[in-house]
Amino acid sequence: MIKVTIDEIEIEVEPGTTILNAARMVGGEIVPPAMCYYSKLPGTGGKCRTCLVEVSAGSTADPRPMPKLVPSCSTSVMDGMIVKNFTSERVFENRGGIVEFLLINHPLDCPVCDQAGECHLQDLAYEHGSSKTRYEEERRTFDPIDIGNTIKLHMNRCILCYRCVHVANQLTEERVHGVLYRGEHSEISTYIENIIENDFSGNVIDVCPVGALTDRTARFKSRVWFLKPMEAECSCSKCSGKAVVWMFGDEVYRVTTRKDEYDEVEMIDGKPGWICNECRFEKKDLSKWNITGPRKIDRHSVISQGKYETKIGRHHKKTE
Amino acid sequence: MQSLTNRKKVVSDKPMTLMEKIYIPAIVGGMWITFKHLMRRGNTVKYPEQIRPFAPVYRGMHVLKRDEKGRENCTACGLCAVACPAEAITMTAAERKKGEEHLFREEKYAAVYEINMLRCIFCGLCEEACPKEAIFLTDRLVPTEFHRDEFIYGKDQLVELVDNRIDITKRQHTGKRTK
Repeated sequence: MIKVTIDEIEIEVEPGTTILNAARMVGGEIVPPAMCYYSKLPGTGGKCRTCLVEVSAGSTADPRPMPKLVPSCSTSVMDGMIVKNFTSERVFENRGGIVEFLLINHPLDCPVCDQAGECHLQDLAYEHGSSKTRYEEERRTFDPIDIGNTIKLHMNRCILCYRCVHVANQLTEERVHGVLYRGEHSEISTYIENIIENDFSGNVIDVCPVGALTDRTARFKSRVWFLKPMEAECSCSKCSGKAVVWMFGDEVYRVTTRKDEYDEVEMIDGKPGWICNECRFEKKDLSKWNITGPRKIDRHSVISQGKYETKIGRHHKKTE
Repeated sequence: MQSLTNRKKVVSDKPMTLMEKIYIPAIVGGMWITFKHLMRRGNTVKYPEQIRPFAPVYRGMHVLKRDEKGRENCTACGLCAVACPAEAITMTAAERKKGEEHLFREEKYAAVYEINMLRCIFCGLCEEACPKEAIFLTDRLVPTEFHRDEFIYGKDQLVELVDNRIDITKRQHTGKRTK
């Protein structure tokens, strides 16, 4: 076990742990945000640069500070390493710059986008970004590509985190989509516009940190904050059958995987709880699901608005 | 104990003088004030023959605006409904189809948009929340009706007509929309 200090909190972790995962063991404010790293998908990380942290002492053996900020998702800890995340002014400033870069080509269509309310880039921009853009050139746009009836691709919104490519690589039998071209022209695309028809391809919707990949069966049905997320189960031969159904009244509008506080899929029986396409796109009927209870949602999230009773509301009910 | 605020008044209970006892001077004084007001111009207006001008930021009946090309600005983002403290606004979104580009500004639009004017408290938060400059409160009044359900205004009553635009240029929340 090696000792590492993150934001003045000392913890002991296994050698080989990354700074980000060490911070996640503590939790709370010291965890750097991550747009591309996804702990359940090996090989992700190192692309978006939002998780950069300051290392003010490399290790006990060599206590010199690292000259540049390092990506916490792919830098492993050393014994005696001192890391600064939210205590560092430099990190905060840098993160603001990264957000500005990510937003250069990202369209400002949150009012139209289905991801709004659970979008990482939106959260990040809210915390770090400014309300004005300094970018004057025309934004990069792509011709819309149809990738099937269940998944909607909005290439303009993509930030090239490669998470969906890793999902396709690791969960589905054969990958039919990837990243074409290079640099500014890079785009996620299916080879020759192949339709994604794998059983678990729908999970690319859940891993997408922005609204580039959204559920076409729930497209524009409602905004997430008007829906009621409920934990539900069904018997499914392909997946665990444990999911979150997003309800409006008694109607099921959308089915997603269960996500943890880092917006990653939850572990169910020791395995990531990915759900199959049948559960996600076809079971839009309440009779097919066994509702086990309401989904816990962070009190500060917009999704929780209007869902939980206040003290006054409880009192009101009692007196009625 | 000394007073902290120094605002209290000591009640006087001294007996009235002769002048006060006969009341005549006080009555004459009162009548003089009444007479003075007879000569002045009144503060009220004779509604409905005469209508007092509204302030440009008066918060009356809503309007859903169209842009300069006559397309509806509203994209059914739901922010007005979230902001509404009275839960007066409901909407259903729909996707714009090919050939409807001249009707709706963006990919998504409100197929149904309803404001319950009985619930509405005319606070103007919807106008403030709107990112698309679509909803504005105007200086028009909501007319009276005989039935409660007539107060649920749909798009037919809220969206402005292409050839009969509602002027909102004096309102505070114009100029938010970029491009």
